[in-house]
Amino acid sequence: MMKDSHSVMSYSYLNSPAIDQVGVEERVSRLTKRSIKKESKLAALKLAMSMLDLTTLEARDTPGKVRQLCIKAMHPHESVIGIPAVAAVCVYPNLVRVAKETLQGSGVKVAAVATAFPSGMSNRKVKLEETRWAVNEGADEIDMVISRGRFLAGEYDFVFDEIAAVKDACGTAHLKVILETGELSTLDNVRKASDLAMQAGADFIKTSTGKIQPAATLPVTLVMLEAIRDYYYATGKMVGMKPAGGISTSKLALQYLVMIRETVGQAWLHPDWFRFGASALANDLLMQIVKEQTGVYQSIDYFSKD
Amino acid sequence: MATTKQNVARNVTTGNGAENSSSRIGVMKTYKLYIDGKFPRTESGRYSIFTDAKGHSIANVCVASRKDFRESVVAARKAQPGWAAASAYNKGQIVYRIAEMLEGRRDQFVAELMHQGLSSAAAELEVNTAVDRLVYYAGWSDKYQQVFSAVNPVASSHFNFSLPEPMGIVAAIAPESNGLAGLVSVIAPAVVGGNTVIVLASEKFPLTAITFAEVLHTSDLPAGVVNILTGTQKELASYFSNHMDVNACIYAGTNQVAMKSMEENAALNVKRPYFYGKTNWLSEDAQSPYRIMDLQETKTTWHPIGQ
Repeated sequence: MMKDSHSVMSYSYLNSPAIDQVGVEERVSRLTKRSIKKESKLAALKLAMSMLDLTTLEARDTPGKVRQLCIKAMHPHESVIGIPAVAAVCVYPNLVRVAKETLQGSGVKVAAVATAFPSGMSNRKVKLEETRWAVNEGADEIDMVISRGRFLAGEYDFVFDEIAAVKDACGTAHLKVILETGELSTLDNVRKASDLAMQAGADFIKTSTGKIQPAATLPVTLVMLEAIRDYYYATGKMVGMKPAGGISTSKLALQYLVMIRETVGQAWLHPDWFRFGASALANDLLMQIVKEQTGVYQSIDYFSKD
Repeated sequence: MATTKQNVARNVTTGNGAENSSSRIGVMKTYKLYIDGKFPRTESGRYSIFTDAKGHSIANVCVASRKDFRESVVAARKAQPGWAAASAYNKGQIVYRIAEMLEGRRDQFVAELMHQGLSSAAAELEVNTAVDRLVYYAGWSDKYQQVFSAVNPVASSHFNFSLPEPMGIVAAIAPESNGLAGLVSVIAPAVVGGNTVIVLASEKFPLTAITFAEVLHTSDLPAGVVNILTGTQKELASYFSNHMDVNACIYAGTNQVAMKSMEENAALNVKRPYFYGKTNWLSEDAQSPYRIMDLQETKTTWHPIGQ
């Protein structure tokens, strides 16, 4: 890939390109009009299933609920052959150990939210400590939140240093950086935050916590994917993408897959490089898979509640 | 579908005499579907041209696809718990309101039914029957529970009682013969019992069904409680009976092959199939609290009591 020193030098969050919002929306509306049928649809549904970060982030979560979710992650719908396990289970740090034990040997990863999720309103010492603790408990992936207040106040160095410090605290665990795009107001800010997070060491950039509306949207994801693409052209490094929150239908999930394929290419169509942060999406994907196989529209009554 | 075209119909008249004026081009109504409280076109983009007795095209009618049906079921499922939770009094008020709205637009319905081939007397009878049937079922709204509930004598020290609860989603294929009275007669008992409905309109009277949706829309009926599709039984009947999220299906036709396949499909999720093919929809025999009870499950509760 092109790696000339000029483009590396010029690629900085300090000169992120401006985003043409109308252009982005037009591009998105074209990407959502593709027709995917039959075998291609079935393959795409299964691919989406394998890219799920099955998530439960509620204050009322219990070890029992997390165990149940882990079982679902490993065995989404046993009565149909050939449905893959999901990519990861995403929980609060105090439930990481339970998830890790339940998922032992299955290949399903454990992701933990950290750094005073969802607000990020704490000091750096506490955030780093929480990150180290979650990794120690067994988390394979850490989902951190950026300090949106500092970002919006223009203190980019502060946000950059914080991400770099958390990355350091992660050790071998993968770092996903949540931009919380619903609080960033403009697509220009989304682009700048994406560039900043990648340069500070993010392995993944993620749209939202799921606690703020709007959460993931197609236009925001397109802007982030373009940032990932430009970063890859400039440095040769691949960064993953995770839209989270509000993706609850298969139709929408397939539109995201089309967008990845058309923006960053085939290489990203893999759970190592793309994830859906969702919970309700799992059952909708399962219902559509069974519909494709039986020809009969399904009811949620016949699928496990997670 | 040989008759399916996307031409604009030449001429729609619903009694306002627009076709007689040479200086003015009549404003034609676009007949669409009624799903989730909105009037979308069919996602398939297909239309058939509806012609009057003289062979003049009077409207384009949506030919709904299985995906329109699927969207309707999603809407009906979303609306069902809220509708079932509405008080019996409120449900009765709303069904009565539908009757009021229909009465207020009776001339329009009479004219539209005549355009679809009925005589003036027959059209009047259709509208009268439909209004009366709505009032009849509105009245039953807070009464069928009392009539069909029971306190059951049991041997142990329990207070044991049974009461009807709505099944959930009803998918109905309306009678071909009576475009308005038949349509109302399958919708009303389902809705008054707290169910939500997807109904396939008569292929002979599709226009009336969509105009009736406008009546529903102005009657405070929550979105998704009644969804109306126009299209062909041949294409859609199997989806009405095999969708796993439908709890009961009604077929008001007489085709034996269709009935057999509906019964087989219904077994998939043990939905209740009902065949009303022999009903005379204009007679009072077509209305009965048992039509409400067809679409209810009986819940029995055991409540411990001391001596």
